[in-house]
Amino acid sequence: MWAMVAKEFRQLRRDRRTLTMMIVLPVLLLVVFGYAANFDVHDIPTVVVGPNARTVASNLGAPFQVVEIDPAGGEATARSHLRDGSAVVGVVTAPGGALVLMDGTQLFSVQTAEAAFAKLAPSGRVGGHAARLQILYNPELKTSWVMVPGLAGLILVFVGTLITSLGVVRERQSGTLEQLAVMPFRAFQVIGGKIAPYLLVAAFDLALVVTAGMVLFHVPFVGNVGSFLLGAGLFLLVTLGMGILVSTLSQNQGQAIQLAFFLILPQVLLSGLIFPVSSMAAGVRWISYVLPLTYFIEISRGVMLKAAPVGALLEPIGLLALLAVAVLGLAVARFRRDLAPSVPKTRVGRSGDETVAT
Amino acid sequence: MSYGLEEVSVRLGRRTALEGVSLPVDRGHVSVVVGGDGAGKSTSLAALVGLVVPVSGVVRRPRKDEIGYVPATAGLYGDLTVEENLDFIAQVFGMAPAERDARMRELLEQTSLSDARRRLGSALSGGMQRKLAVAMALLHGPKLLALDEPTTGVDPVSRVDLWRLVSRAAASGVAVAVSTTYVNEAARGSSVVLLSSGRCLASGSPEVILRSIPGALGTMEASSPPTDRSWRRGASWRVWAPDGVLPEGAEATSADFEDAVVVAEVAAGGAST
Repeated sequence: MWAMVAKEFRQLRRDRRTLTMMIVLPVLLLVVFGYAANFDVHDIPTVVVGPNARTVASNLGAPFQVVEIDPAGGEATARSHLRDGSAVVGVVTAPGGALVLMDGTQLFSVQTAEAAFAKLAPSGRVGGHAARLQILYNPELKTSWVMVPGLAGLILVFVGTLITSLGVVRERQSGTLEQLAVMPFRAFQVIGGKIAPYLLVAAFDLALVVTAGMVLFHVPFVGNVGSFLLGAGLFLLVTLGMGILVSTLSQNQGQAIQLAFFLILPQVLLSGLIFPVSSMAAGVRWISYVLPLTYFIEISRGVMLKAAPVGALLEPIGLLALLAVAVLGLAVARFRRDLAPSVPKTRVGRSGDETVAT
Repeated sequence: MSYGLEEVSVRLGRRTALEGVSLPVDRGHVSVVVGGDGAGKSTSLAALVGLVVPVSGVVRRPRKDEIGYVPATAGLYGDLTVEENLDFIAQVFGMAPAERDARMRELLEQTSLSDARRRLGSALSGGMQRKLAVAMALLHGPKLLALDEPTTGVDPVSRVDLWRLVSRAAASGVAVAVSTTYVNEAARGSSVVLLSSGRCLASGSPEVILRSIPGALGTMEASSPPTDRSWRRGASWRVWAPDGVLPEGAEATSADFEDAVVVAEVAAGGAST
């Protein structure tokens, strides 16, 4: 048996990627679960509007983090803040009382806010005024309503990153990628041809998940389909770019799965799909801001549940577009380098024959 | 020459994979690159078709759409049928349906794959897979055909079929470059380049290489290598004496192409076998 143990150790020592994963993964999980796996919400972005806004705002303590006081604003102002995600709670003050609006897509924040209001104003009064609480977008605080838009994104991550990378690596392993490199293809044609079927399957998957969510869990789709498709399209481009990038860094399907796993796991845990981003420790939270799923979730929940218009989603859409350009650009550059090395000093004769002198 | 390499050197990372190698590949002829593992055969063909960029030298080749290339790996899609594999190539090169059908029929007959045209690539034997890969490379009528070890691991009958395909292609005017580890196959080429560790040990027609053996060649019976320039052939030993003086007990014999290749290797510093 000693011979087997020694052989395995030798092989493991040379398989740097597996060894790294075995050592890094537990540390990564420890950090993620230690700092990010947190359902406790400490800060709830709040806007206070109306004639008594300043008085009410001064009475609101933790966990309410007043981000804007607008004495001239009304209910529409508060709703606008909730719809574009700049606030989770909107307090609309009026001479006779106050209306507290809450964004039901932020389950844990709303639950915390409800508890805080119960403590702050057991008599149901805020700042000396009778207060009425109203939960918008997800009045019954159903988990499925929040999860389905996020899960749609997660499925796109799997198809776009894992399945695409496996498809490209399979071509490399079978030697057909070399043949493609010799054929009259441009790199973008090979990439386009490779990812088009996955793009279609992913689009079908997306439609299936959203429809199933609507039928089985009665998740509403109140927003504009075009806005949703724009966000989904950009998100898919990022995930497909990640898939191609993984394939350029992997020699076989095992390596591709390992690398894809490293890209998918943080998206599951840190994108706000399960744990609220606002509850994560600052040291870990920044990771969520470079993950494409974070922005897709913002878009999908915004469109499906809140009917957020494109204007209200410009930030996540813009950041997704930026990620798409960066990731896809890097992936295509690496893929092109693998597929067709740049050839210097090529002279093309009358017959079309090439003479390459170095 | 029509196509080929002239004094080409290639570096792969820190390693020099080819150093000053010339490989003429003329139209209507078969050029064979022969050598052991790591000799630089695949790199030569990769440089010829443009998969690697030389650090120095000249490469002549036709346009990309006039090249047919089969890598040392399978070179086909295992999850497509024989027909689908060929159809993919036809579409890539924009072949008209009538031309495609006629060419597919012709190549399927030549490769004896007509009855297997609906079988998946992965369900074919090794020899059938290599024949399909060569048929795919030939389908669009290339001017240059580069085949990287097409006969390695293939049964003798399929090897004969593959060489027949290669000869037919050359006869129709295609410039063919084939790499092989089998010395006896190298003699089928109209020109041969013998590589070892990225360097050219001998080149020219098989006859020229055969005539270029210096000294004397003999055969003798012995239980162990009689000299440090001897190698096993069948039940006896071949002995090469560069100074023309054979050791006692050795009987002079005429060299064949295999002997010529081994002499070139031994002269370059290869160990006795």
